[in-house]
Amino acid sequence: MSPILFEDLVPSAATWSHVLKRGTALRITDTEGDANVGALFYNWENPTERYNMPDTLKAQHIARLTRGNVLYSDMGRILCSIIEDSAGWHDPLSGCSNEALVKSKYGEARYQEHRNDCYRNAYDSFVIELAKYGLGARDMVAPVNFFSKVVVDESGAMQFVPGHSTSGGFVELRADMNVLVILNTCQHPLDPNPTYDPRPVTLSVRRVAPPAADDVCRVSRPENGRGFALTERYFL
Amino acid sequence: MVGTNLPEGTRDPAQASYDEIVPAGEPWIHEIVKGQYFRILDLEGNQAVDTLFYNAGDYADRYSAQDTIRAQANIYLTTGTKLMSSKGNVLLTIVADTCGRHDTLGGACATESNMVRYAIEKRYMHACRQSFVKAIAGWGRGLEKRDITHNINFFMNVPVTPQGTLTFEDGVSAPGKYVEMHAEMDVLAVISNCPQLNNPCNAYNPTPIRVLIWDPIHRTT
Repeated sequence: MSPILFEDLVPSAATWSHVLKRGTALRITDTEGDANVGALFYNWENPTERYNMPDTLKAQHIARLTRGNVLYSDMGRILCSIIEDSAGWHDPLSGCSNEALVKSKYGEARYQEHRNDCYRNAYDSFVIELAKYGLGARDMVAPVNFFSKVVVDESGAMQFVPGHSTSGGFVELRADMNVLVILNTCQHPLDPNPTYDPRPVTLSVRRVAPPAADDVCRVSRPENGRGFALTERYFL
Repeated sequence: MVGTNLPEGTRDPAQASYDEIVPAGEPWIHEIVKGQYFRILDLEGNQAVDTLFYNAGDYADRYSAQDTIRAQANIYLTTGTKLMSSKGNVLLTIVADTCGRHDTLGGACATESNMVRYAIEKRYMHACRQSFVKAIAGWGRGLEKRDITHNINFFMNVPVTPQGTLTFEDGVSAPGKYVEMHAEMDVLAVISNCPQLNNPCNAYNPTPIRVLIWDPIHRTT
């Protein structure tokens, strides 16, 4: 494994962003267990191209993400691929918490009284970070919730699975384009835990080889073979 | 869930204040005022109707598939579903549905996603996101491609399994089936009457739909 270029500790309910360069990979590690990482992805060169939940699901016939899956943009290209995963299931369906949800579930904790332990929500965290790149509420799309599992039964009912992610669990995303990654560690919006208890994660970035002909993500679906071909054309 | 919750609307098409046919492959854009009722009717059956809604006073506040399914803890849309916005508002409520379930995870077809899903040479086939862009470009008022988000697919059947698979299946709709919504605020509605020919969402034969709007106060003749 190539050396780690840099590492970041992201505290609970905090927001992080970085332009992840093509040919590097971001490893997210659930430090304590029960983490949730909400994440959005944009093509850094043209942010109107961004992660698209429906295109990602229907191209791979999935309602969950794991190793071998890729994250599609709305332009038919692969922003990131999941090259390692110890959790086996990440939730692309459930969206993010907002101010009203956090207030109704956990009550209120303002900065005035609680300083940096004040309650934060994922929607506002995303919008604030998006603004730093000239983006905003109009650019919010459906985020991924890494480390969280929500199953859908035959009637369509959604059920959050508690205790899914354990301490030391990790997922690694290879950047297949130059990707603006925005993530936060707010609690999952369907987490039934009545306590405000978001968890920290550790991030590390390293260089990785480009996807080979037998790459696990490239060969997992014929659609992904075409997705990689179209992504590689973009850089020609 | 299909077939278990199918209340019919009571509104008379003859009394609608707006009544239009939208051919397959065409966009449609129209404001719906708070209190109005909005019906989409599948004239010939199994026709996917890709639909977006915006808060008419703030286009950054728009239909959110994730907020909608999370609010009801169910991925299928039917009578009683509140169509939620990205800023937590109820845009419309589904008040009648003779089809039984509608999709909001499958998104809209695009020339680019068709290349991935079917074949790179499918790039030149007509697709919903072409129609969406045409509709909002014609509407103007600052709407751009970045405002096109994850839509509803009325009359489309996209089952998900407990194992986490997702498929596009034959439609559960039929000629004359309809869905009707009550506008909870002033909204802008954008439709692409889906031209997809590569999967069963339109039974490989895209057909026209009928859209009707009734004013909030029932008018008598």
